[in-house]
Amino acid sequence: MTTGLRAAIRVARPSFEIDVQLDLEPRKTLALMGPNGAGKSTIVHAIAGIQHLTAGQISLNGTVLSGPGVHLPPHRRAIGLLGQQPRLFPHFDAAENIAFAARAAGLSKRAAQQVAHDWLERLGLMAFATQRPAALSGGQQQRVALARALAAGPKLLLVDEPFSALDVQAAVEMRELVREELSRTGTTAVVVSHSGADALALAERLLVIERGVVVQQGHTRQVLAEPATEFVRAVANSVPAGYESEPEKRCSP
Amino acid sequence: MTAQVDVGTRAPSLVLLPAVLAVALLVLPLMALLTQASWSTLWADVTSPQALQALGLSLRTGLLATVLCTLLGVPLALLIARSSPHVAQVLRALVAVPLVLPPMVGGVALLLLFGRTSGIGQLLEQLWGFTLPFSTAAVVMAQMFVALPFLVLTVEGTLRTSGAAYEQTAATLGAGRWMVLTRISLPLAAPGLLAGMILCFARALGEFGATALFAGNAPGRTQTMPLAIYTAFNGAGAGRESAVALSLLLLAAAVLVLVCLRAWRPGALK
Amino acid sequence: MQLRPTLALAGLLVLALSSCAANGGMENAAQPQTQINISAATSLHEPFEQLAQEFREQHPEILLSDISYDGSSTLATQILAGAPTDVFASADEPNMDAVQEAGLATTASIFATNTLVIAVPHGNPGNINELADLAKATTVLCAPEVPCGSAAKKLLDLAGVQVEAASLEQNVGTVLVKVATGEADAGLVYRTEIANEPTVESIIPPDAHKVVNSYPISVVDNASDDEQEVAKREAAEVFVDYVLSEHGQQVMSEYGFGSPSTSAQLKTEQK
Repeated sequence: MTTGLRAAIRVARPSFEIDVQLDLEPRKTLALMGPNGAGKSTIVHAIAGIQHLTAGQISLNGTVLSGPGVHLPPHRRAIGLLGQQPRLFPHFDAAENIAFAARAAGLSKRAAQQVAHDWLERLGLMAFATQRPAALSGGQQQRVALARALAAGPKLLLVDEPFSALDVQAAVEMRELVREELSRTGTTAVVVSHSGADALALAERLLVIERGVVVQQGHTRQVLAEPATEFVRAVANSVPAGYESEPEKRCSP
Repeated sequence: MTAQVDVGTRAPSLVLLPAVLAVALLVLPLMALLTQASWSTLWADVTSPQALQALGLSLRTGLLATVLCTLLGVPLALLIARSSPHVAQVLRALVAVPLVLPPMVGGVALLLLFGRTSGIGQLLEQLWGFTLPFSTAAVVMAQMFVALPFLVLTVEGTLRTSGAAYEQTAATLGAGRWMVLTRISLPLAAPGLLAGMILCFARALGEFGATALFAGNAPGRTQTMPLAIYTAFNGAGAGRESAVALSLLLLAAAVLVLVCLRAWRPGALK
Repeated sequence: MQLRPTLALAGLLVLALSSCAANGGMENAAQPQTQINISAATSLHEPFEQLAQEFREQHPEILLSDISYDGSSTLATQILAGAPTDVFASADEPNMDAVQEAGLATTASIFATNTLVIAVPHGNPGNINELADLAKATTVLCAPEVPCGSAAKKLLDLAGVQVEAASLEQNVGTVLVKVATGEADAGLVYRTEIANEPTVESIIPPDAHKVVNSYPISVVDNASDDEQEVAKREAAEVFVDYVLSEHGQQVMSEYGFGSPSTSAQLKTEQK
């Protein structure tokens, strides 16, 4: 029986074809890197079900999500998406945003409210429970968005550059929070980032794509230590010297 | 006081004259209604039983038409907003036809379809002994014919632009289509929906051509405000004064509608 | 074979030249034309088109613009608001009175009369035989505010019939349409409207001759001494006289209108 994410993604695009093989064990995190326009977002959207495949197959824990003649709609994939923009529902307050996800996962209204309450408490955002998103800072919004994504109980979480719109301090805090929560909830995740530091902090494995194809993959630390392309070398050079990768700690029992 | 900074976004002064002329073209005729009104008889004209009867009928039929347009128009708007671009374009063009058509033509078309001698008309008469022309139902139908496009196009525009990203987000959270519709799409489109309903009501209130042809002009049953105005205008002498008075009443209603619309525009809720 | 196109071309040239010449000739011959505008009630459309055509042939010195037809009330309002009208032919007297009271019309003369008939759709599905039958049928009338409506009201009052109209139309034309399309069982329209409407049948009620609609015509004038205005006034008088002439009256009667004397007689009777 196959578990985790098994994806052979082929999507035709006007300039080039995306053709990527991507496998991920349960409870692990994979970092996906590449220059702008390499096809990262298309891959994320294909896994989320927003983008149709030209060919190939995507399965999660043995269930085929996309493939020949199969296309499960996004809401039936149990795949969460945390993007660059938090996209909190503007007409709901913070608690309602989180409760919405729990309701969507099938919880009763009361249970969903409890889930929202627990999340806000853990994130230290209880004071903002009844605030609309517009009243929250960018960092606070992203934390609520993370809570909302995880409250839906996803089998896989797609994290698409959620730190890039935040200031440096908030980005570091947010990254730490994502790391902790992925670990605590045991959620399988794919993280898209421009930053080698993010990849080192969050992902055991790193997959680098350029113009739609995989150019290098392996253990994050190893890939960055032995860059195969100019792009990877630039990423490796941007990581602060002596930066310690933290997933190693997470993986050890 | 807020200081205004010229950042090069102000309109060039060359547009000033045509712009002022455009405003004059729109506003001066309405001012003439005010100045030409016979103020001494205005109150009596506006509160005469005939005027109140026509106003009451206009409000009742206009509201009913708006409710029915909302029930039929919102699902259609949703369908257009979620169709492929090609299908949406065709549907949108279809919906827009009554907008560019003279309402009279709509009245003729309704008469041909539902008239007493038409197939549908004969069926209605045989089944229920009911004839549409000259009935209040015909007034509502004529109003719906001309007002529905306003609602559909306004709501469709809002649905297409306001919520797409949030709907996708809701879907990735596992929310089914119905939940996305009722808890995300429609609430987010609420300002547009309200604007559409107000526009729809305003258009229904002002509807004349299709009503005159399809529903006729019977006081209390099909004589709405615009028909009462035209009838009064057609009477020589004193009739014209009451036509102006009734026009002012309708103008006041229109201004009220616009004030409501302004208050409910997206972003006005802060 | 080469000849033909050349011939054709020559022909065209000749034609072009001659038409130029004709134009030039006309311009030279014509005295400065006086242009007049006529506003007439819709029901006068057919006889007035014929009269206008004849008038243009007989009076080349007067440039008669296309006649503007509309409801008498609309026309009166336009004239009161300063429309450049030189002759007003109304379908009723109150609208003419309004123009006269404003000092814009000189003496108005009755030039035609009209009476009402019951119009029913082809085959008379409502089985209408007399005015009393209108009470129980789907009947369409003109609104009492407009000339044909006030006449209808008088006629029904005379017959002692109470009719709750399905619709009170703004003009006689839409009454006729609603009868012709079968939407209404019956309607009261002018006798002259029926003449060339094959899809309707008409019934003449016994009292019809007692309710006579009079059509007044008058020169519209702002009493200016301006030379051009005076010329217009004189030209307008020529047209009014033409309508009132024996021939004019002949044309009116050909289209089913009654003579002015009917109206005069009735007024005497009523006195």
